[in-house]
Amino acid sequence: MSAAVTHEVPALTAAELAAVRADFPLLERTVRDGKPLVYLDTAATSQKPQCVLDAEQDFYERRNAAVHRGAHALAEEATQAYEEARSAVARFVGVDDGEIIWTKNATEGLNLVTYVISNATLGRGGAVAERLRLRQGDEIVVTEAEHHANLVPWQELCARTGATLRWLGLDDDGRIDLDTLSVINERTRVVAFTHASNVTGAISPVEQIVSAARAVGALVVLDACQSVPHLPVDLRALDVDFAAFSGHKMLGPTGVGALYGRRELLEAMPPVLTGGSMVEVVTMAETTYMPPPQRFEAGTQMVAQTIGLNAAVGYLAELGMEGVAAREAELGERMLAGIAQLPDVRVLGPTDGADRLATVAFAVDGVHPHDVGQYLDDAGIAVRVGHHCAQPLHRRLGVASSARASAGIYTTPEDIDAFLAVLAQVRPFFVRGRG
Amino acid sequence: MSPAGSGAMEQLYQQVILDHARERHGYGLTGDVDAAGTGESFQVNPTCGDEVRLRVRVDDGTVAEVSWEGVGCSISQASTSVLTDVVGGASLADVEELSALFGELMRSRGAGLGAEAEEQLGDAAVFAGTSKYPARVKCALLGWMALRDALIKGSKGE
Repeated sequence: MSAAVTHEVPALTAAELAAVRADFPLLERTVRDGKPLVYLDTAATSQKPQCVLDAEQDFYERRNAAVHRGAHALAEEATQAYEEARSAVARFVGVDDGEIIWTKNATEGLNLVTYVISNATLGRGGAVAERLRLRQGDEIVVTEAEHHANLVPWQELCARTGATLRWLGLDDDGRIDLDTLSVINERTRVVAFTHASNVTGAISPVEQIVSAARAVGALVVLDACQSVPHLPVDLRALDVDFAAFSGHKMLGPTGVGALYGRRELLEAMPPVLTGGSMVEVVTMAETTYMPPPQRFEAGTQMVAQTIGLNAAVGYLAELGMEGVAAREAELGERMLAGIAQLPDVRVLGPTDGADRLATVAFAVDGVHPHDVGQYLDDAGIAVRVGHHCAQPLHRRLGVASSARASAGIYTTPEDIDAFLAVLAQVRPFFVRGRG
Repeated sequence: MSPAGSGAMEQLYQQVILDHARERHGYGLTGDVDAAGTGESFQVNPTCGDEVRLRVRVDDGTVAEVSWEGVGCSISQASTSVLTDVVGGASLADVEELSALFGELMRSRGAGLGAEAEEQLGDAAVFAGTSKYPARVKCALLGWMALRDALIKGSKGE
């Protein structure tokens, strides 16, 4: 997907935006001695609309039971709600119900893929798992833009199997440098990359990378954690084999995420976590496993959270992801234009609004990101500071850490303006008293 | 220029802190890391990547030399700079007490320790405001952690 954020879909009117904000109770609160909260940390975790909170509470009040076991009335209702949530999430990203595995979060989803490959390499899964096996000389390709969750599991997989880790480089704007695509070669077995950077907001050239991976028969793993909450995403159209995302970044609860896997791959995959709920016949000596997705959902599951996530994707679908993307693109443009007016502030990442999210990392000349964040926080403005779990990306951009402002569907233009006004005060405050 | 709001920022970022962050005392490693009574420690704050490498030489039970290098926020840089002022020339017993007092100050959640203890801490008492912000306490302690570790290493001849 080129993430062509078309502006054909009108953005929300002020009244519609006010109605959206009214759905998020937390946004009403004040912080730091009564200052209104300006929440610009949605890339870390989103706030939750009332319907998500209600859905979880309703489940516990009226339908709570373990799923896929037991035959009483509550167990039936809970199982139905759990599977309806799976269907809703599958529809939301354009895939079939049976292709969504529940995980704790995107980190777990990405790790799951690496452990499946490990187990297959050890011979588990039989002949059907053949294409998941790594051999001497095989390579795995990631990018320098990755969140640690889509880097470290691959480093570990390479350490366990003897495969070699390679990576695509970045240009000075933090975008994946397509001139480095030649890193993908006939030895490449997996290409794992982020759909959108959690630091720079840059949207990756998925089509070109997938096409390079397909040309050599490599599997494609997409970290869709930042894209699914903010863009219309059709995983089938993107032609990836696996994709992971987290519920809590897309208005849903913590503790639930999803891993998409192409059906024929899921069927060929050996399990990772084993135990209850994922087995067919167990003897003292051996066990046969359920088909996917149950094969990958051992133990009692996070049922209430899946139901909360169902409400979240329902909320997003009702707003329309085209509209969400268009509106957030406007917020991103507003942020970039405002920062461009501040001579002491530098954007880390693309400075134009094309193919990027409203997630903007920045540096204030001569002021450490922690101090920048502290000053903004004192004014009630919540941004993230640190390396945002992407140390190699920061190193590539020549900094150890950064501050990052990220918008969501409930962010107002006034939020952005308040942020920019306080950001303008940061450097003068910290250089006061200097001769 | 005064910031928006309550003045909490002036309280946290007192002028003496900004001055130390700009002109860092004891900056630049001195002496020989292999010399007798010398220890060195490298500490990193994994949440932000801030780093301090601190070297200390103890002679006849007192801190004869303390120097450091590092990168980080104004709190971590100023705190390490002030540290070199307050422990330089102090006896190991005094350093132990100062280090314990500073730790107590950081756990005081903004309350401070009272006039007597703060007088003993000298300039290090200006970090009382930092203790209001749990996420920043680690920044203020980074240099002190390095000092403690370096002293242990020096005493073992490492």
